[in-house]
Amino acid sequence: MTRGFLAQNPSILWFIGLLGLFTLGVTVLSEAYGTAVLSTSFVKTLGKTLCLCLVAIAMDVVWGYCGILSLGHFAFFGIGGYAIGMWLMYARTEAIVTENLAAAVIPPTEAEVSDAIASQIFGVVGASEFPAIWAFAHSLPLQLAMVVLVPGLLALVFGWLAFRSRVTGVYLSILTQAMTLALSLYLFQNDSGLRGNNGLSGLQNIPGFEATPQSQISIAFFWASALALALGYVLFAWVVSGKMGSVIRAIRDDEARVRFLGYHVESYKLFVFTLTAVVSGIAGALYYPQAGIINPAEIAPIASIYLAVWVAIGGRGRLYGAVLGTVFVTLLSSWFTGGGAPDIDLGIYTIQWTDWWLVLLGLSFVAVTLFAPQGLGGLVDKLVRKS
Amino acid sequence: MSTLLEMSGVSVSFDGFRAINNLSFQIGEPELRAIIGPNGAGKTTFMDIITGKTKPDEGRILYGDKGISLLGLSESRIAREGIGRKFQKPTVFEAQSVRENLAMALKNPRGPFDVLLYRKTRAGAARIEEIAARIGLSEALTRPAGELSHGQKQWLEIGMLLAQEPRLLLVDEPAAGMTPAEREKTTEMLVDLGRDHAVIVVEHDMEFVRRLNCKVTVLNEGSVLAEGSIDHVTGDPQVIEVYLGR
Ligand SMILES: Nc1ncnc2c1ncn2[C@@H]1O[C@H](COP(=O)(O)OP(=O)(O)O)[C@@H](O)[C@H]1O
Ligand SMILES: [Mg+2]
Repeated sequence: MTRGFLAQNPSILWFIGLLGLFTLGVTVLSEAYGTAVLSTSFVKTLGKTLCLCLVAIAMDVVWGYCGILSLGHFAFFGIGGYAIGMWLMYARTEAIVTENLAAAVIPPTEAEVSDAIASQIFGVVGASEFPAIWAFAHSLPLQLAMVVLVPGLLALVFGWLAFRSRVTGVYLSILTQAMTLALSLYLFQNDSGLRGNNGLSGLQNIPGFEATPQSQISIAFFWASALALALGYVLFAWVVSGKMGSVIRAIRDDEARVRFLGYHVESYKLFVFTLTAVVSGIAGALYYPQAGIINPAEIAPIASIYLAVWVAIGGRGRLYGAVLGTVFVTLLSSWFTGGGAPDIDLGIYTIQWTDWWLVLLGLSFVAVTLFAPQGLGGLVDKLVRKS
Repeated sequence: MSTLLEMSGVSVSFDGFRAINNLSFQIGEPELRAIIGPNGAGKTTFMDIITGKTKPDEGRILYGDKGISLLGLSESRIAREGIGRKFQKPTVFEAQSVRENLAMALKNPRGPFDVLLYRKTRAGAARIEEIAARIGLSEALTRPAGELSHGQKQWLEIGMLLAQEPRLLLVDEPAAGMTPAEREKTTEMLVDLGRDHAVIVVEHDMEFVRRLNCKVTVLNEGSVLAEGSIDHVTGDPQVIEVYLGR
């Protein structure tokens, strides 16, 4: 079956091949294992972009294939980041505290160590005790499980309530926006247990690898991100191929008709919504150690809207389109906002791209939606068909 | 012939307008039944109620050997119980190929995980070929359904209905948009299906109904006006007044 599956989807092999070449290229040009042409911070940017591509293909499956315009998938991404961030912060602070207390004459009790860690982490929000949600933060395997379980359970409960009531279309989009807004507002509070607007920081320091230079850590995360993207791509390509893909696309095009064929549409939506949420969580867990910091602003409603914009510009309903859109828009965005684009002097007014980039992005989104619904992926399709 | 579906005292209103009014109806298995009635008589709504699309305000619908009530069941559950439907306006999945449309309809487990792990079987492929041959779309299996002519879409939808292997088939105006030759083929197929299934056919065209040669139910303003052979109902003065006389 595997052979048949890959043979029927040559784009998967193409994608994996190109991703492999890209990974090799970056490694060869990196500071850690190559010619040092690429700075460590640029390797991190590339690694982060791969994670964004992963959440974008998840978005494409839920929206482009299944027709659920979720504007809340970045919340799952953020939750994944917070889940891994809790362990990173805990373990690192624990190491520091134990080192400091080692000098003491009387060996510290377990409670003393725990209190010291808590006051280090929560001092900024005026607390000194661990909130209940940190119960598993000491354990990497448990926190890794949270990366998957928390987004999965939230998506399952939210999706069950929404799909069961047959909330669809724009109402569902608004509901998902409300979900991510509520989560972000909650996290902004100091007593949320996740350090309010300070968020979790120092995530680039990996406990146990204090002696390893960031150049090597950055490459390791880059590889992990590339691997995750490759696996996610194959997983989703498999899900949207064959009969499952057929049913999912049918739900997108006419869900009422699918019901009369005997398929329980809500279960399918719930499956797709939850699976993509879990993958988004994993993408976030790989992203934030490369970013170094996560705070509630990351999951503001606008972040999930960007996700939809990338997918739309890349071309909905084709996985490589989501990747193209993400890479294209994020690179362009850093060029425009990073001062790469020259300001345009109109005499009476100067267009500064740092301010106007978002307007340009918004207009491109509208233009693509109206005039080129196939997006960038449509161009690829045309080229492939010609050759 | 045993009763497969029994509907009694069913009413439904839309914003105060009674589209179905205290309707009672029975069909056996096997049986072929034609339903006729003027536009707006409630024929499509009648099918909507059986298939769970519209919830009736009152009444009872019992189905199957154990006489289960269809009222609380979801559309998908009703379909899995063996009630298949062909819509008045052909509704196929235009972006997908004829084969994919048929494969989706094929009688198989319907859960997400069953479908995710589903593997094509030789028997399934043969069944699709067989249905495609029957509906005259053997050459079109790989074509997107959206490219088909109106008549071919009608056939594809009939094929999807066959693929589901239902016990009760609800067929809403199957001959609309078909050529005379296609109509004849449709008639034959329906008569043939009526030998081992329960089939309800809604149709406008009197000639078509006459050729089905089966019991006819006349609906008007949401209730049964007359029932019997085609000659019986067309001779009924009430029927002549509300329907045929116009
Ligand atoms: N969803 C609905 N909302 C409001 N009115 C409806 C709805 N469905 C049907 N009707 C009305 O109910 C009546 C019966 O319609 P229908 O069952 O489509 O008739 P037929 O198929 O016999 O032509 C019509 O007057 C129609 O306007
Ligand atoms: Mg009708």
